[in-house]
Amino acid sequence: MFNTIKKFLPILLSLLFVIACGGYDGPQSTFDTHGPVAKEQADLFYLILWAGMVVLVAVELAIVYIYFKYRRKKNSERIPSQIHGNTRLEIIWTVLPVIFLAIVSVPVLSAIWYVGTPPENPDVVVDVQGHQYWFEFKYPDLDVVTANELHIPVGKKILINLDSKDVLHSFWIPKIAGKTDIIPNQGNYMWIQGDDVGMYYGQCAEFCGESHALMRFRVIVETDEDFRAWISQQKSEAFVPNDPLEKSGYDIFMSSKAGCGGCHMIQGSKKAKGKIGPNLTHFGSRQHMAAGILVNNQVNLRNWIRNPDMIKPGNIMSGQGAVYMDPNKSLTESEVIALASYLQSLK
Amino acid sequence: MTTIPFKLPFNIKLYRPVKPTGVWDWLTTIDHKKIGVLYGVTAFIMFLTGGVEAMLIRTQLIAPELKIIAPEVYNQLFTMHATTMIFLGVMPLSAAFFNFIIPLQIGARDVAFPRLNAFSYWVFLAGALIMKASWFLGGSPNAGWFGYAPITGATFNPGTGIDFWIVGLQVLGVASLAASFNFIVTIINMRAPGMTLMRLPLFTWMTLLTAILLILAFPVITVALIELMLDRTFDFNFFNTKAGANPILWQHLFWIFGHPEVYILILPAMGIVSEILPTFSRKPIFGYPAMVLAASFIAFMGWLVWSHHMFTTGLGPIANSVFTLTTMLIAVPTGVKMFNWLGTMWGGDIDFKTPTLFAVGFLSMFLIGGISGVMHAFSASDYQQQDTYFIVAHIHYVLFGGAIFGIFAGIYYWFPKITGRMYDEKLGKLNFWIMFIAQNLTFFPMHFVGMQGMPRRIFTYDAEMGWAFWNAFETIAAYAVAFGVLIFVINMIKSWNGGKKAGDDPWDGRTLEWSIPSPPPLYNFRDIPIVKSVDDFWHTKQKSDTKVKSKTKVSDIHLPQPSYWPFLVAVGLTIAGFGIIYNLVLTGIGIGIMLITVCAWSFEPVNEPDSH
Amino acid sequence: MSDETTTGLNHRKLLMWVFLGSDCMFFASLIGTYLIYKGSGVAHPGPADVFDIPTTSVSTFVLLMSSMSMVFSYAYLVRDNIKAFRIWLLSTMIMGSTFIGFQIFEFSEFYFHDHLSPQTNLFGTTFYALTGTHGIHVTIGVIWLGIIFYSSLFRNTVTSKTNLDLDLAALYWHFVDIVWIVIFAVVYLFGTFTGFPAS
Repeated sequence: MFNTIKKFLPILLSLLFVIACGGYDGPQSTFDTHGPVAKEQADLFYLILWAGMVVLVAVELAIVYIYFKYRRKKNSERIPSQIHGNTRLEIIWTVLPVIFLAIVSVPVLSAIWYVGTPPENPDVVVDVQGHQYWFEFKYPDLDVVTANELHIPVGKKILINLDSKDVLHSFWIPKIAGKTDIIPNQGNYMWIQGDDVGMYYGQCAEFCGESHALMRFRVIVETDEDFRAWISQQKSEAFVPNDPLEKSGYDIFMSSKAGCGGCHMIQGSKKAKGKIGPNLTHFGSRQHMAAGILVNNQVNLRNWIRNPDMIKPGNIMSGQGAVYMDPNKSLTESEVIALASYLQSLK
Repeated sequence: MTTIPFKLPFNIKLYRPVKPTGVWDWLTTIDHKKIGVLYGVTAFIMFLTGGVEAMLIRTQLIAPELKIIAPEVYNQLFTMHATTMIFLGVMPLSAAFFNFIIPLQIGARDVAFPRLNAFSYWVFLAGALIMKASWFLGGSPNAGWFGYAPITGATFNPGTGIDFWIVGLQVLGVASLAASFNFIVTIINMRAPGMTLMRLPLFTWMTLLTAILLILAFPVITVALIELMLDRTFDFNFFNTKAGANPILWQHLFWIFGHPEVYILILPAMGIVSEILPTFSRKPIFGYPAMVLAASFIAFMGWLVWSHHMFTTGLGPIANSVFTLTTMLIAVPTGVKMFNWLGTMWGGDIDFKTPTLFAVGFLSMFLIGGISGVMHAFSASDYQQQDTYFIVAHIHYVLFGGAIFGIFAGIYYWFPKITGRMYDEKLGKLNFWIMFIAQNLTFFPMHFVGMQGMPRRIFTYDAEMGWAFWNAFETIAAYAVAFGVLIFVINMIKSWNGGKKAGDDPWDGRTLEWSIPSPPPLYNFRDIPIVKSVDDFWHTKQKSDTKVKSKTKVSDIHLPQPSYWPFLVAVGLTIAGFGIIYNLVLTGIGIGIMLITVCAWSFEPVNEPDSH
Repeated sequence: MSDETTTGLNHRKLLMWVFLGSDCMFFASLIGTYLIYKGSGVAHPGPADVFDIPTTSVSTFVLLMSSMSMVFSYAYLVRDNIKAFRIWLLSTMIMGSTFIGFQIFEFSEFYFHDHLSPQTNLFGTTFYALTGTHGIHVTIGVIWLGIIFYSSLFRNTVTSKTNLDLDLAALYWHFVDIVWIVIFAVVYLFGTFTGFPAS
């Protein structure tokens, strides 16, 4: 029976592991790498994974062997040989692991430096600011401020500066790079590079409050051409809409009753200059909303405007917006529809 | 209750209890064995409450986008689950063993400071009640068991939850410190003649190292908590980012405590395993000096690895490399211990009773936790693992598969000694297999979802993430774990008073506690033994089977007397603690009570020479 | 309990040493916090603006002398010269209280004159926390000595045979003194020392 176990256990274990994580890859899988940083990290993981599996299987098998070979037969009175130790053996199994770790430390240290050394001349610089519960993205050299959807050109080195004015957050795009924490006053930074065009999922990975689970974002890796086009679109100012429904939404947005402009910026407008909430100038161009948790469409947007706290408990907008705090100022259904229409027109 | 008077200054007369019974007995006891039982029962109940918190967490996560538990409550649940399991579960369960077993293993009649010992227990109970009361008094702490600044500050957390956390932990810290001071002095200063340090049972060695770690580590978190409290109550600036503070200070202070803390959690369990394997294999521990050296090395190196909890905080490649290397290094002595345990069993005549099963279960589970630990040690790839379920998997393999399995092993092993009865072996084996299989099914898949990008501390997740299957699997397996614990509880209730009588030495043990009756008499040893080697009792048994007749008269043995001062000082401390949360006037009253009761305690004689 | 201990050291003596080891880590954490924040945050009032090194040197000297006085007190107790023991014990208490008096004076100068409160900036926060904690330790020491002094007024309560009590208090006292030396150097001297001149 012991022989059967010996034959099949390693196969079973490896199969299980492969099925469980290698078999399919979700949107935040760290195995499905699309950038050099994530790839370096995954390769390092595979190195220790296989070494670990060898140790695991060997020792677990030893335990199973011991169980079958040395278990006490019924009513046995045998006193086994009272061995106190074996100095040679003990030295060997102390020194060998040290040698193994010394060898492994070479690729480990190399990876640490690779991941932790930002490029001297990054192609794009992004200042990320973490908020409860959304991500702000500023491109300081390109004069662009946006939120929750980060665009980067494919194959280029991006330097990310990380800051927060409230609590700790963490910036994590699993398929592109491991995370770095956002710590107020610490001035953290990291570098990333996306090697394949596509949309990637990001999530805040440091507990930041009630809706920490709902603080996500998207990264769009696109060709250089598309990136330039996106930048110039984001730099452009919004204009007053012509469509009557959108115009009435615009009026509500800019009104002092609603007070949206106190927190949100709409570039080009006179009344919406706020910097507390996400910049909404090109809100309509984003694929997702409320920090990556909902598809940006009319239904979701209306639900959000109507009752943000139901979607994201503890969010700042419900906690500070006049239309949510003051029952006299709450939005009517037609106002909600108009606002949603206006916002989606902001392409 | 009979009392006798003792004198205080100013001719104040107070009365102290003599041979109290019933509730008074438990309230005034200074007997290390009774205190051990108090610790064990209280801690186990707390462990069960932590388990309920876990079941609620897992239920909320059984499917995506569920709304069974609101996010604010969820955040309190995971905070309280961890805080409960660590500070109200594993640590005091270990303390239960320290209390009951250490004096027996070193051939002493009690600990060095019996009243301080009782005090530790009552203060632990106070801390536990303060912590758990938060559920009913306005909300529990909600910022995770390591409470990173600045979210724990008054700006982002204005309620009383965090205040309960701070005060609860400080009170528990007092209990742990008092107990550790006691055990260090006891182990160093009260050993039976001939018991050199290198003849100590390994459980006692691990206790000594744990206590030393504790007295050096707890002051650091005490300072961190004081700083946070000063910020919250008096607007100090320790973690005030607007004043230029860097929240990473909290993380450094916390983890300089926190890493030694995890060794505090695991060393006692390792000590228990080091007792059980030799006993049930009928062989001495393989490589006793190496075991002591390895444990000492772990305890020392435990101070040099703390920033591996902070790899993603932007310390830079140099710091990350240093801590990667030290963390890798600490795996070596841990491996040595593992090999020595295997070497102990190799060639043995092993009786796989319930204690052995749990001990071997410890080996196989701690191994997995240790391997995932080495994976985290590589800081570069840790950037993907940090703050994900991969870490949660590691934590639970080392703490549940490791510490808890070790503790269960100890409960079954010493059950006959403590109660004088045998537990039900069939139920014990059932308990083991259910818990063993279920814990693997619950926690192994967490490695998978972690690497698939599931962060920790999230109250829900989207269906499109691909985490739903394993989360459902883990939840159902978690219910099975709970069922396994239920079997254990049934076994305990059934066997405590109704099990078969056990006799002094049911396992043919090797250490001194098996040389005295079960349960032990109040004075432990009639004659203080003279020790000639490691496993002295075993060697004595091999030489001759007949028991030497004792020359000591029981009435000649002098023991410390019960006292109610430890309990009263603890009451004062509790009042002071609540005062910090609600109203500083209460704190003043509490401190006043403590001053008076501590003074009375110090004037109370330890022994009444003619008190029978 | 038997008087024989494995090491020969009295249990309570060993306990005090272990406790002091623990208290070391306590102060190390507070000093560490101070050092980490040194130079950060709002610059003024800062150490150079408020510290009066000559005055603090005097109070430091007084505290150091109190340790010497403590040694004398213990030496006389061991030789059963109860009168001298009491005089030197009282002198230790007076010097300790003087140190606290200086500290209260210093705190009130900083608070009222220099407008430095714990809430002002990082320096205020870390300074008051560290030195305040030390001050509380000294105060507890003075109270402890006071209790021993009071007991000694009753015939034969404090003798050379019961010298352990004073021995423990003395150990604690010396520890608190040594901590102050570290604080004085790290906080006061390093805080105001601007470096050697260039030429």
